[in-house]
Amino acid sequence: MDLLLKGLDIKGGYELQEAYVDAVSNVSLELHRNEVFGIAGESGCGKSTLIKILYGYIEPPLTLRNGLIELYTNDGNTLEISSLSPDKLRKTIWWRLVSYIPQNAMNVLNPTIRIRDHFAEMYREHIGLEKSESYSKAQKYIETFGLPNDVLAAFPHQLSGGMRQRVVIAISLLLEPNLVLADEPSSALDVINQRAALTFLKNAQENLGNTLVLVSHDMSIQGVLTDRMALMYAGKMIEVGETQEILENPLHPYTKALTRSLPRLGDKAQRRGLRGQPPDLRNPPQGCRFYPRCPSPQPICQKEEPKISETQRDHYVSCWLV
Amino acid sequence: MSEFLLEAKNVSKFFGYGFLGRVKFPAVDNVSFHMESHPKILTLAGESGCGKTTLARILLGFLEPNEGTVLYKGKSVHHLKRKEKKWFRREVQAIFQDPYGTFNPLRSLDGYLYGTAKNLLGMSREEASARIEEVLSFVGLLTKDVLGKNPDEFSGGQVQRISVARALLPEPRLILADEPVSMIDASLRMNVLNMFKELTEKQGISFIYITHDLATAYYISDEIAIMYRGMIVEEGPADEVLLGQHHPYTKALVSSLPEPGKREKWLKEEVNPPGMEVKEFLAANCKYADICPDKSDKCLKERPALLDVGNVKVACWLYE
Repeated sequence: MDLLLKGLDIKGGYELQEAYVDAVSNVSLELHRNEVFGIAGESGCGKSTLIKILYGYIEPPLTLRNGLIELYTNDGNTLEISSLSPDKLRKTIWWRLVSYIPQNAMNVLNPTIRIRDHFAEMYREHIGLEKSESYSKAQKYIETFGLPNDVLAAFPHQLSGGMRQRVVIAISLLLEPNLVLADEPSSALDVINQRAALTFLKNAQENLGNTLVLVSHDMSIQGVLTDRMALMYAGKMIEVGETQEILENPLHPYTKALTRSLPRLGDKAQRRGLRGQPPDLRNPPQGCRFYPRCPSPQPICQKEEPKISETQRDHYVSCWLV
Repeated sequence: MSEFLLEAKNVSKFFGYGFLGRVKFPAVDNVSFHMESHPKILTLAGESGCGKTTLARILLGFLEPNEGTVLYKGKSVHHLKRKEKKWFRREVQAIFQDPYGTFNPLRSLDGYLYGTAKNLLGMSREEASARIEEVLSFVGLLTKDVLGKNPDEFSGGQVQRISVARALLPEPRLILADEPVSMIDASLRMNVLNMFKELTEKQGISFIYITHDLATAYYISDEIAIMYRGMIVEEGPADEVLLGQHHPYTKALVSSLPEPGKREKWLKEEVNPPGMEVKEFLAANCKYADICPDKSDKCLKERPALLDVGNVKVACWLYE
């Protein structure tokens, strides 16, 4: 498999005055070229923190305590993201090699300048293009995405949320990065706009043949968009594998509970939620972090943390039961 | 005495818009529906900006409509006498989207629970304690874990269960729940929705469930009304509306639901997201005509009324 990025033993969290919040704890992962990789899990599981760390966007109180992140470029170089300075990241990595679409991205556009000037700024900053030249380039660029032409002359507030979201996605892909990290890119949108934004992102990924990491708590979205996915719970990666395999044959009890609690049209069978709450990550439990909520806990689960290991081909789980 | 529990008749609410607010913007546009006395769950579904929350505020009596009336057990909720107001607030309770927004974070929960018991029910401290214990245990919480604490000491799911408990205190007949689970994690969402089902079946409480999420709507509701730009475009039994999909907008909504089983279709089929909101709200013809794949000349000229198609009502000229 052609490797694009490798993260080894990543441990990062929030250094607060009174405590340390262990948001991402000993997570390792590999991203392949030309794939859509999903990261799922519920609020506070560490999925957003993880992709911030992968992007190298580490600002206090977020700190990286341990871990190695390597990006393998197309020309055969290895870049160690986890040890680069913010200046170096900004100049050589961000936008060119790795793009990051933060949550609520549709609100990141500058309300005082027109959309075309957002493009012009990117062209000037990174390629050194003149304004007039960048306008005509931007025009051609958004046409390839099938976005209407009059979008360029508009101010952000004149566009609908769904359109703004697609503009932000288009800007993030402008320099054809190898890796796009998208954090809940559709959670603020309605179903129809959500579908438009996500298929837009997926088509762009197919055209560029790059790698898309999609953070979404919604298992149905993971199911229609991603090739492989990882599930996180309380800062740990608990299951990784091919998306279809995970949805059809989940192994971790938490993944099982999540997939079983999904309501579907045409199916009125009783759904059950989980009991209890995720643990407080200022003081995470010893042993398995899911233990207090697990429907079938064993004595060992309380004492010792299960390692994540390959149970079937390309299907990794961290659970003592498996 | 009306035979209906709740009835909305031609309700409209306009907001001023444009220069000096001279353009009247219909956030809720000529909406009529009713709920029978028999306990059931009715869903008002639609996307953001369809007017569902404005309609909810009108039904609760918080907001007065510019046109039309809302009758609760035959009485107009906007013209209640003083005594009737108190009765209405006991009978009809609300649960909102942001559970933290329901409670002041600096005030302990005791105040809310005892306050509701005292103000609405005139209970003594002892009577209130017993009733509070009862409703908290129904939502799966222990009194000793809740009282004396502030809302910020609980997770979102727990606070939402406490707000359900608070709504249950006065033994309401109808609960209006506006996006009650959209801020709760998926693994806990079903617990709250199952609670609504149980309350309807065992305690005879009717629910109006307001949501954008059609999958949960299908799961819990008996009836559903789909709203678009302030209007009801399709209503009827939940199965028949969501599986039959008569209105082109209902079809667009349902086909956009991500379902792992239909990955190829979901990714490849063309989607047509709603366009200019303001223009569509103000349109005198069918508000969906601009982006409707099945439109005809008539749709551009005239607005369709709700037409009967079997058990379902649809506002679309296709069914004329």
